[in-house]
Amino acid sequence: MIVEIGHYALALALGVSVIQAVVPFWGVFRQDRTLASVGSSAALVSFGLVALSFAALVASYVRSDFSVANVVANSHSAQPLIYKFTSVWGNHEGSMLLWVLILTLFGALVALSRHSLPPRLRAGALAAQGLVAVAFLAFTLLTSNPFQRLAPVPAEGQDLNPILQDLGLAIHPPLLYIGYVGFSITYAFAVAALIDGRIDAMWARAVRPWTLLAWTFLTLGIAMGSYWAYYELGWGGWWFWDPVENASFMPWLAGTALIHSTVVMEKRDALKVWTILLAILTFSLSLLGTFIVRSGVLTSVHSFATDPARGLFILFILIFFVGGSLALFAWRAPLLRQGGLFAPVSRESALVVNNVFLATACATVFVGTLYPLLLEMLTGDKISVGAPFYNATFVPVMVPLLLLLPIGQSLAWKRGDLLGAAQRNAMAFGLAVLAALALLFFMRGGPVMAPLAVGLGVFLVLGAGFDLGERIVTRASGWRAMLSRARGLPRSAWGTALAHAGIGLSIIGIAAQAWSSEAIAVLKPGERLTSGRYTIVLEGMSPRTGPNFRAEVARFQLFSGDRELTLVEASKRVYTARAMPTTEAGIRTDGLSQAYVSLGEAQDGGVAVRLYDKPLILLIWIGSLVMAFGGGLSLTDRRFRLAAPKRAAPVAAAQPAE
Amino acid sequence: MRRIALILGLMLLAVPAAHAVQPDEILPNPALEQRARAISGGLRCLVCQNQSIDDSDAPLARDLRLLVRERLVAGDDDKAVVDFVVARYGDFVLLRPPFNAHTLLLWGAPFVILLLAVAFLWRRARQRMVETAAPNALSAEEKARLAALLGPEDKSSG
Repeated sequence: MIVEIGHYALALALGVSVIQAVVPFWGVFRQDRTLASVGSSAALVSFGLVALSFAALVASYVRSDFSVANVVANSHSAQPLIYKFTSVWGNHEGSMLLWVLILTLFGALVALSRHSLPPRLRAGALAAQGLVAVAFLAFTLLTSNPFQRLAPVPAEGQDLNPILQDLGLAIHPPLLYIGYVGFSITYAFAVAALIDGRIDAMWARAVRPWTLLAWTFLTLGIAMGSYWAYYELGWGGWWFWDPVENASFMPWLAGTALIHSTVVMEKRDALKVWTILLAILTFSLSLLGTFIVRSGVLTSVHSFATDPARGLFILFILIFFVGGSLALFAWRAPLLRQGGLFAPVSRESALVVNNVFLATACATVFVGTLYPLLLEMLTGDKISVGAPFYNATFVPVMVPLLLLLPIGQSLAWKRGDLLGAAQRNAMAFGLAVLAALALLFFMRGGPVMAPLAVGLGVFLVLGAGFDLGERIVTRASGWRAMLSRARGLPRSAWGTALAHAGIGLSIIGIAAQAWSSEAIAVLKPGERLTSGRYTIVLEGMSPRTGPNFRAEVARFQLFSGDRELTLVEASKRVYTARAMPTTEAGIRTDGLSQAYVSLGEAQDGGVAVRLYDKPLILLIWIGSLVMAFGGGLSLTDRRFRLAAPKRAAPVAAAQPAE
Repeated sequence: MRRIALILGLMLLAVPAAHAVQPDEILPNPALEQRARAISGGLRCLVCQNQSIDDSDAPLARDLRLLVRERLVAGDDDKAVVDFVVARYGDFVLLRPPFNAHTLLLWGAPFVILLLAVAFLWRRARQRMVETAAPNALSAEEKARLAALLGPEDKSSG
């Protein structure tokens, strides 16, 4: 019964979304306010229905209702509750339902947001978003229905893929989807602006919080996915330039560019046409990512489902939304009037440079991801595009961008002073060069590029810090004055500085991996293995039984030099339902570094063991968290409290200027 | 997402959960072993998704790792080893695609795009400069409106 309610609610949501897509447009054309405002209620209802449908699927999973095909294929009655719950989106059908849930959630948020949106813009955006919802609801219902019943009802489920039975699955996909799908709002606003034929700083201000929100979650989602891969796959890799990974990275790069271009548009009314195009492209890349992951064209062995019908359906959706919006852009963009002028040396120009490099970096990833497919189609040649390609192309594009970042950040709007900006960063640059030189000196014989990269990271962190410091610290004022000045700085200024420092931290972490080390050996109890700063001694092995798996656990004493740190356990599990083995790495965090132990096959009376010393590796993800925190902080800036109730607005305005 | 994908990939291959280089593969000569690792890092495991044979658990990757080490022990230099593998498996095995007529666009793309963007901006900046040379120039329509507002006596200066 619950299952049928879920199915029915999903079908009903499709109907409501059709209303949401059609009626507001009609209202805008007829200049009928009542019709135009139908979008808001439709968005809310549609979200309610999809949420009900999602809850029904969750209930089926939690109660292990094996009359539902999807539950049978991806769940097991002995699973811990948390994994029963996360199994919901650990498969194609369920993850599409999550996708649609988040899509309609964003629609509902737009409907609820008390931001003083021009009614025509809100109506247009909700309609455009409704159209996206129609496409994906139809896709889910027609090709990926999670509510299919099964007869006869099996006694037990096939269990979720063991590697997905991890807290990572609870966190990573929802974060990533909020990021992916969040860009649908900016897309919808861009389409609405094009239809309206008008766009101004108001548009930028309305769109910016949504962009920031999506970007923040996408950052978290990618970082989480990367950390999950790192600890789960058992060989310490954390980024692979895999097509599926690139699929999430491209919208991130475009979204980063979009955040920056909307700043220019909001403050200076410039870069309008480009910003609109970027908003369209960012969501198009999200759709492309969905296509890549869901169709399996690029990763035939990778996706949950390689059903050609699904691939074709998503391809059609992709062509419709990308092609349609680009055609609309070509038709309407010439109507948009260009705004504010700025000098070649100015904050605006710096942000244009930022966009040029980010767009190029994004295009590089795009070409690298799709080129093998195209080449094979056109010539039959099969080539691989892997990490060495991106190291040779993507990195050289990003380095100048990051080198210029602190300087651009300290240029003034309209007309800047390049020399002054360079001088303001001289101290940070000098310290960064010193750091790089010191590393070169102390790590003699090591890699050459890594110290330079660390220097770049240090430059970014210090540049961001000094930029803030300059605005807070002035001569002849006490700490009290500084404190109040610090508090008076807009939160977006803090957010910017944190996000930029976060990139710096991540780069230091990435660069430091050049000094990581690895040792491989067969160990018997009592034997030791040393890698870098760490040594392990195998204490013993013992079997253990989990709820739905059996494990062979190896215990190690871990030493850093002569200092005993702790006991580390690494294990190999076999999940009973699928008889599938996984490895669980033993990881011990030591400051910002990690010792990483993973088990291989038992052989010669011992067991194959790998030990890694991963110096400063946590900085990679700490940097990403700092970036995301910066994004979140900017989001709470007074200028655009997202969805703050209208009544609160005058109160906020009445606060004394700090 | 990608990790899910990778995992599924690994799963479908149904390989035993071991990982990459096994202790029994390691060459006694550390210099040769280091070269073997470096070469392996650039060779694709043919049955995996964008994984190098150095990272992959697949049996085929192990065969290739052993092959690379065999060639090194036989005295081949790095290039000869890679050529040997490419001769057997084609360019597909190279994670860094070779630079040739077919990959010209691939390798050129980042730089061409950057150049185009810069050229476009430069042209725009020049256009802007021409426009701003007469910063407050009015359009014909605006001139007409202004003239109408100011009255007939200003028509000549309009």
